[in-house]
Amino acid sequence: MTSKPLFRVLAPVAPAVADDIVQIWFNDEPLKVPGGRSVAAALLAAGVQRFRATPVSGAPRAPYCMMGACFECLVEIDGVPSRQSCLVSVRDGMRIHSQEGASDLPPMSYETKESVHGR
Amino acid sequence: MKGNAVDSPDVLVVGGGLVGTAVAYGLACEGLTVTVLDQGDGGFRASRGNFGLVWVQGKGFGLSPYARWSRSSSQLWPGLAKSLLEETGIDVSLKQPGGFHLCFSDDELAEREKRLSTLQAELGGDYPFELLDAKELRERLPAVGPEVIGASYTPMDGHVNPLKLLRALHEAMQRRGVKLVSGEEIGRIVPDSHGFAVHGKNAVWRAPRVVLSAGLGNRALSTQVGLHAPVAPNRGQVLVSERVAPFLHYPTINVRQTDEGSVQFGDSMEEVGYNDFTTTDVLATIARRGVRSFPMLKNVRLVRTWAALRVYSPDGFPIYEQSLQYPGAFVVTCHSGVTLAAAHAKRVAPWVAGGAIPEELPAFRGGRFLEPGYVPANAH
Repeated sequence: MTSKPLFRVLAPVAPAVADDIVQIWFNDEPLKVPGGRSVAAALLAAGVQRFRATPVSGAPRAPYCMMGACFECLVEIDGVPSRQSCLVSVRDGMRIHSQEGASDLPPMSYETKESVHGR
Repeated sequence: MKGNAVDSPDVLVVGGGLVGTAVAYGLACEGLTVTVLDQGDGGFRASRGNFGLVWVQGKGFGLSPYARWSRSSSQLWPGLAKSLLEETGIDVSLKQPGGFHLCFSDDELAEREKRLSTLQAELGGDYPFELLDAKELRERLPAVGPEVIGASYTPMDGHVNPLKLLRALHEAMQRRGVKLVSGEEIGRIVPDSHGFAVHGKNAVWRAPRVVLSAGLGNRALSTQVGLHAPVAPNRGQVLVSERVAPFLHYPTINVRQTDEGSVQFGDSMEEVGYNDFTTTDVLATIARRGVRSFPMLKNVRLVRTWAALRVYSPDGFPIYEQSLQYPGAFVVTCHSGVTLAAAHAKRVAPWVAGGAIPEELPAFRGGRFLEPGYVPANAH
């Protein structure tokens, strides 16, 4: 199976509509990527091939469907684990980390009791 | 072209879901030749939508042979899982650490006590269970929420990966020589002097014995061979989350964490006919109960929801019967194809192969629904 990325960035229709470059970090490495697109597209454009490791086997994964269905593109964005990077717009200053295995659930807190109105 | 299938097996099994393949696998283990006739992708396929519990606690209230039958299957389950692993390399991830039924009110807990103590008495004491108050429960399941006031626990319960189970049964039966025919729709079954002619869309299949394990399809098929299986759809909706680090090491009746880390929520029951769509209100109710059970799930992400149709008889209990009018025709139908898979492979199959009927099964004749004064009870 090929490991050569099949993703390529199309040339902008006209220079006037080219997106601004934004500064993000991926696994603490600074990256300058084109804005106006999803985190997944921006990372792929920057050459990132390994977005996460699966919780079951630890195998590397990267985006597949780019439309929110396959859950292959999960990353941690600004401290929130397991975000679907194809559904989040890239913004200047984002701190992104690869999703390593299963995320922990947030710690149990009785203050988060949800049924206050007897729902 | 519609013609006669050339090779007549010893048994035709109509239905390739969990029930049919478990019986077919068991028959192949008994040395019989078997052909399984499976419907196409348009079928309702409860076997692909279920929750995955191997569950005993509380089942059989009102018909204690069902409690014994479910218990027997759960005791046979480790052997089935081991055989499937050895024969196919597929680990169905059976775990039987016992299971909890969480309660949110004193009335609910009192109902559990009544149900389980009645079953224990009817089974001559051989039915271990514990009722736990809030403090005792938190020692066992630290993640339960503050609204949970107690639980019933039995060591008899467990769970399995139901999709791996279906795949393993398909693989194991075929390795033992069972022929699987996919995309075949069965319309008519005609008893004749050699057994049965089963008329499909593609061919006429013949065998001296036929097992009806076609789920909801059994309703129409059974009457053609002198059997009565008035099953109807009962919809269950299920939610599944992203994979998260293990936090729940026991199945509960409505929330379980799977072998691969996802969390399933379920246990709705609706009678809405042949409609297997999801509805937001029911999904929301299931999710709320899940979060009340385990508040740490409040922020977990859901990745999929679905609905499937349970194969439900009027009293909720299974139907097992050999036709008196046309011996050799059997109906095997239930809504707990996962829990009962081991009993179907190891106890129903030898009966179909010519052995004695398992002692629990005379209580499950389909004719019970025709008897005067019949009062249905709920099995679930």
